[in-house]
Amino acid sequence: MTTTTQSRADAKAAAAHAAYQPVDGRLLDVENLHVHFHTSDGVAKAINGVSFHLDQGESLAILGESGSGKSVTAQAIMGILDVPPAKIPEGHIRYCGQDLLAMPEEQRRKTRGPEISMIFQDALSSLNPVFPVGWQIAEMFREHRGLNKSDALAQAVRLMERVSIPGAKARVKAYPHQFSGGMRQRIMIAMAIALDPAILIADEPTTALDVTVQAQIMSLLQELQQERKMGLILITHDLGVVADVADRIAVMYAGRLIETADVYTGYANPAHPYTKGLLDSLPRLDQKGQTLAAIPGLPPNLLKMPPGCAFHPRCPLARERCREERPELVEVRPGRFAACHYTEEVLHA
Amino acid sequence: MPEVILSAHDLVKHYPIRSGVLRRVTGAVKAVDGVSFELHEGETLGIVGESGCGKSTLGRLLMRLEEPTSGRVVFQGEDWSSASGAALRKIRRNIQIVFQDPYTSLNPRMTVGDIIGEPYEIHPDVVPESKRRARVQELLDLVGLNPEHIHRYPHQFSGGQRQRIGIARGIALNPKVLICDEPVSALDVSVQAQVVNLMEKLQSELGLAYVFIAHDLSVVRHISDRVGVMYLGRMAELGTEDEVYDHPTHPYTQALLSAVPVPDPTLRGKREQIVLVGDVPSPANPPKGCRFHTRCWKVQDICRTEEPQLIMQPDTIGAHRSACHFAEVRKIVETVDVSNVPLSSVVLSADAAEAAAHDHPSAPTLP
Repeated sequence: MTTTTQSRADAKAAAAHAAYQPVDGRLLDVENLHVHFHTSDGVAKAINGVSFHLDQGESLAILGESGSGKSVTAQAIMGILDVPPAKIPEGHIRYCGQDLLAMPEEQRRKTRGPEISMIFQDALSSLNPVFPVGWQIAEMFREHRGLNKSDALAQAVRLMERVSIPGAKARVKAYPHQFSGGMRQRIMIAMAIALDPAILIADEPTTALDVTVQAQIMSLLQELQQERKMGLILITHDLGVVADVADRIAVMYAGRLIETADVYTGYANPAHPYTKGLLDSLPRLDQKGQTLAAIPGLPPNLLKMPPGCAFHPRCPLARERCREERPELVEVRPGRFAACHYTEEVLHA
Repeated sequence: MPEVILSAHDLVKHYPIRSGVLRRVTGAVKAVDGVSFELHEGETLGIVGESGCGKSTLGRLLMRLEEPTSGRVVFQGEDWSSASGAALRKIRRNIQIVFQDPYTSLNPRMTVGDIIGEPYEIHPDVVPESKRRARVQELLDLVGLNPEHIHRYPHQFSGGQRQRIGIARGIALNPKVLICDEPVSALDVSVQAQVVNLMEKLQSELGLAYVFIAHDLSVVRHISDRVGVMYLGRMAELGTEDEVYDHPTHPYTQALLSAVPVPDPTLRGKREQIVLVGDVPSPANPPKGCRFHTRCWKVQDICRTEEPQLIMQPDTIGAHRSACHFAEVRKIVETVDVSNVPLSSVVLSADAAEAAAHDHPSAPTLP
């Protein structure tokens, strides 16, 4: 690649990022977000008032089981929810102080890629099967940076090399099906970081991969995050992966945040019985003779939420108050939030 | 040691690859390529490996859902691979299977009662017709479902509950061996623990032997007495849970163990990570010599030419089998024995959890 191509691309990149500058390192502020799905059976309240923030260079893990609303949260931030059936009746998503939900669609579209980008669980169905991978990565540069075909393709090769795809130059014209699962996920990552976004959202990035490949992909993600000072939102159900990567954790249950904490205290001394239950029900590779304390019952049906605390039918601490009054997410220790009436009992367990 | 109930002898399964206009056989996918092991009465043998290693095909061969290309499966001294007619049916009764996907392995048009009772249509002598309904309800109760839900359809149950239905069907004929092919991989963490606890309870109550096939090394460690690690259709290492996890001698086992994340942030950066290069080679064209040599950091000339056999390797705590020319123990996992650590007061005991799950058979969640 010629130096002129490189500097031309860099200049355009710098110009593109000028519109958004984080205030005091704060990249993202999600405030009282609600997402409802209008279905034939009624309104499914997938997210009910979720608030959190993300700073520059920080890794936030959003943990939860299926149906907890973690992926919907990611899609709402990215602005890729299908509307209808989805609807955002309330809430703000502020990126560098500007509310993404109040923006005209054209302006918001321009944030996808250069400002916030996302990688998905299933790389095969997220890549277009009929275009070469290089062409798909280069599309980011053609669309957002206005680079010509050959410059854009040169950038694509550079990115494929960066995510360690062997023989990048030769494989730039290959199609998605010609790559293995791990390599396809690398291509997705290359595409997501192409425009140097400030925030990368990774929705279950390694769930479909084998454990040895998962280790490779997670270390690549961490390396890229440090190199580019990105804010990373990792959406996952895997408590093991989170322990290796995250700075902070946010645990979701039935469409609400029930606990946020830094990863060390959150794991060592959870403040919500659900978080504790998750940790106690997980078999660990480094333990033998373990008793798995399963959480009884099932997550609630989003169409028929139990009154009071949504976790009370499964909670060992549940009392009358839990059935009637929904606990708010409050600060229980400096920098730690939990939504439980009896959080002190959990903390001292 | 209890008696051997099921054994595999040099099992091989090749799937032909056809190509060209005449659909001639031009090669074979060597899914399982010479696997031998023994399963003892009442024990759990875990089979781990990454996708494409042949672990599911192995399960299907043991179940005789696939005919082996060569090799034998012996059940209680009888060669199952050549049995037919009444003898075959008799053995079939004793070896049952639970599948991975609770959504596709249950017929959506049949009620739960019909699904669990269907094995009795083929083996009518197990339970007389008049007592079948009661027996099905007993089974539902045993796996922690409400016996009154016998007329419901699979879609009225959640994933975890469906897996319980699959297990009830698996144990309906009082088998001696249950082959479980990734039985908890499709379930959420909290539900996964319920099903694992259920399987342990059933094993101790009914004296079942499990072949537990899974990719999750933590779950396999939890439930297994002995563990076999597979790579590209061959067994790389086979030993007791302690031997394989605490004293692995095969480089592939070591790499696999080092890649498993542990849910404890304080261990971050302290665990040894062996990063393997490249991908698993195609089983249609496995490498000559040792199948792992293309990704192994210990590779020597002998590895490229001579296939290592699964043999006893000297070990610090006895001996177990591994297939490597340069096998040596390398400690990867620092194991903590927690069998005497009491559960904290906030968590329910496994039994109480089981009972509570019983009381709240809630409706399935939204898709």
